[in-house]
Amino acid sequence: MGAGHAHRLYRHGHSPVHGLPPHTKLAAAFAFVVVVVSTPREAMWAFGVYALLLAAVAYAARVPPGFLLKRLLIEVPFVAFAVLMPFVAEGERVDVLGLSLSVNGLWGAWNVLAKGTLGVAASVILASTTELRELLLGLQRLKLPPLLVQIASFMIRYGDVIADEMRRMRIARESRGFEARGVRHWGVLAKSAGALFIRSYERGERVHLAMVSRGYAGSMPVIDEVTADRAQWSYALALPCAALVVCLLGWTL
Amino acid sequence: MHVPDGFINAPTSAVTGVVAAGAIAVSLRGARRELGGTSRASEAERGGERTAPLAGLVAAFIFAVQMLNFPVAAGTSGHLLGGALAAILVGPYTGVLCVSVVLLMQGILFADGGLTALGVNITDMAIVTTVVAYALFRGLVKLLPRSRRSVTVASFVAALVSVPAAALAFTVLYWIGGTTDVAIGKVATAMIGVHVLIGIGEAVITALTVGAVIAVRPDLVYGARGLRQRLKLRVNGELVDAPGASGPQPAPVAARSHRKVWITGLVASLVLAGFVSFYASANPDGLEKVAADKGIDEKAEDHAAADSPLADYGVKDISDARISGGLAGVIGVGVTVVAGSAVFWAVRRRRSDDASPASTETTV
Amino acid sequence: MTDPVTDPVTGPEAAPVTGAPASLDVSGLAFAYPDGHQALFGVDFSVARGERVALLGPNGAGKTTLVLHLNGILTGGTGTVTVAGLPVDKRNMAEIRRRVGIVFQDPDDQLFMPTVREDVAFGPAAAGVKGAELEARVDRALALVGMAEFKDRPPHHLSFGQRRRVAVATVLAMEPEILVLDEPSSNLDPASRRELADILRSLDVTVLMVTHDLPYALELCPRALILSDGVIAADGPTAELLSDDALMRAHRLELPFGFDPRSVATGG
Repeated sequence: MGAGHAHRLYRHGHSPVHGLPPHTKLAAAFAFVVVVVSTPREAMWAFGVYALLLAAVAYAARVPPGFLLKRLLIEVPFVAFAVLMPFVAEGERVDVLGLSLSVNGLWGAWNVLAKGTLGVAASVILASTTELRELLLGLQRLKLPPLLVQIASFMIRYGDVIADEMRRMRIARESRGFEARGVRHWGVLAKSAGALFIRSYERGERVHLAMVSRGYAGSMPVIDEVTADRAQWSYALALPCAALVVCLLGWTL
Repeated sequence: MHVPDGFINAPTSAVTGVVAAGAIAVSLRGARRELGGTSRASEAERGGERTAPLAGLVAAFIFAVQMLNFPVAAGTSGHLLGGALAAILVGPYTGVLCVSVVLLMQGILFADGGLTALGVNITDMAIVTTVVAYALFRGLVKLLPRSRRSVTVASFVAALVSVPAAALAFTVLYWIGGTTDVAIGKVATAMIGVHVLIGIGEAVITALTVGAVIAVRPDLVYGARGLRQRLKLRVNGELVDAPGASGPQPAPVAARSHRKVWITGLVASLVLAGFVSFYASANPDGLEKVAADKGIDEKAEDHAAADSPLADYGVKDISDARISGGLAGVIGVGVTVVAGSAVFWAVRRRRSDDASPASTETTV
Repeated sequence: MTDPVTDPVTGPEAAPVTGAPASLDVSGLAFAYPDGHQALFGVDFSVARGERVALLGPNGAGKTTLVLHLNGILTGGTGTVTVAGLPVDKRNMAEIRRRVGIVFQDPDDQLFMPTVREDVAFGPAAAGVKGAELEARVDRALALVGMAEFKDRPPHHLSFGQRRRVAVATVLAMEPEILVLDEPSSNLDPASRRELADILRSLDVTVLMVTHDLPYALELCPRALILSDGVIAADGPTAELLSDDALMRAHRLELPFGFDPRSVATGG
């Protein structure tokens, strides 16, 4: 997490995808995932086309395939779940290599895997081509409630500061010979968590004081704004529009 | 429990998205009141809003504390989900906001939880957890004697129930809009069974953490604001009441002993209703069902507080009727407590708003 | 602000600009926190326009509490605070906060925006300054603290000393009547400490500096107040207070080893 290292997930670059205004990218990624989720699972070819579309975007963004694949690992718990679906789902069954599998479950597994993977890949490409600060500006531009954007921006600004405090507390514990090994040490860890909460809350109060001292009265002054012209919008929306065509074909074919 | 894209169908995702948006809108208003109540002052008079920095820092705290590992045994460890903790420490509205923001950022930045599933994730992890935990917590705090220990006990129960409640909410969503036809009983069994165990870990950690905070800064525990003392100022040796600060006095001793009996009964019945009926109705069934349980275990694994106990638990299956019986027990007790204290709470909250001058901003 | 603040030995009696209201006037201020801890027990003092005053005192004397009263962040106790003739109350809050610039101890608390530029712009933008004027203010404030080339950096990429200087700039951008610094020299290495002193000396503004760093107080402030147990225990020329061993001992103030205020006092 964190603005500190310009967030680990972000890959610095100057590709056309990096250069797009953040709100167009957010909108495009979201629309793309919506289209993917609405595609009938029987249209297997459609998911192949989606994957190719994403691969093209990744190529344009110069996101290396290895990086993308590694980040897809976040999905693993669900893959495991999907693998089990054919065994447990209801409905007619089919024998594959001596195992009795549910047809419905097989479809379900495919559905979750295909859609989930495409969703994760879209998010990964978004996060690796957009800086945190830009993401926040984008969310603000997309009319997320300003208060929510402010909360998110404070969370990101101070995520590192608090993680650092947590690390220092751990070092302080370990320097005094304490190492949490099991349930009986939870008390100590919980005390640390409690202390961390107090510190975080008090820092929140101090930040608020600093803001109020400079005339904050509930809304952030607008200092920067992102804008997109028609060309940038159409460039960004090319992805979901292409996907939409595929989706419609998937329904009709 | 971060649900990915494609797990729940599009219409259900859309509906939960609307629910989540509505809840967030309500919470945005509510959080203002919780975090330093200047809502009654006119816009011009407001010295500033504490919501953004405080909720932001609390969200950062929740995010950080989810990385704090609590070792269980043999190399396994769990971590806090934080919904119940947030609700108790900063109030339910702020809790919903903080957990939602954490989920939003996890979805966008880490691809943890699908973008279209944000509504589902926010509904069960941010809203259900927080609201259930807080309602139970307040109910218990009302009933229990006014002491720090009761706050700890109430935190324990609230966190314990909040996790399986979220699992139940997920099961219902899956039942309505799941993309695969898995028997709902199996989903419920595995989800709730596993999450009761996770809930125990969550409950212990939450209770200990709330206890640690209340020992040092009782004024920071939102859920326990009623326990504070009246404030006095000494000017040139004379005691003067601080303007605007009046807190409810501690309950008289006589009232306490009665309550204690009451509460012990309530907690016991709650635990019994949930747990015992669960275990009592367990009967082993075929291999197929093990797989079902395991499947959902795996899915829930990123939040599992304990892996080894899960394995033990996973071989047992529970008939649907019994499950609903056991659940009905927990929920029934919970709902009664909530309903019983709702009126009391509503009346009380108006008062405690006035009575809790935030340690800083006093433009009320 | 025509006062000759450049003369370091100017006493409190000589400093006030006749005719202009005092930059800061505090009388009878008492306050307790909601947890019952009382920090102030009736504080009285006044700072004339253009003065640089040090507020000294041991830990827990109530220094930070006092500072938070100066721009109305803490209220609800008894007593009054006025800033350049304007009482600190709800009606004047926006103006008071523009006039009183507080630089907090931890620059991480003060720098809450994603970039230095946005942070410095925050105060004036909140006061309604826009466009070119806003940019000019930001540039001017950053130039005053020598941080102009760091404009587009995120605050957490700066060193501690740089962050402290940016924190001063965030307040200067609001063109305050009085600059209040909470422990300005804490955690600074000697070079950063000197650079900050040079910056503060170069500013044409009333300064109230809360500090434990007695040599720093002597270097920058002709006058000092000692706050102890929630009241003003002494008020006078910094060199005199620091030379009064009995007074210093009584309020747990200690000079660094080998430091003799009598030998440096006249040099400032």
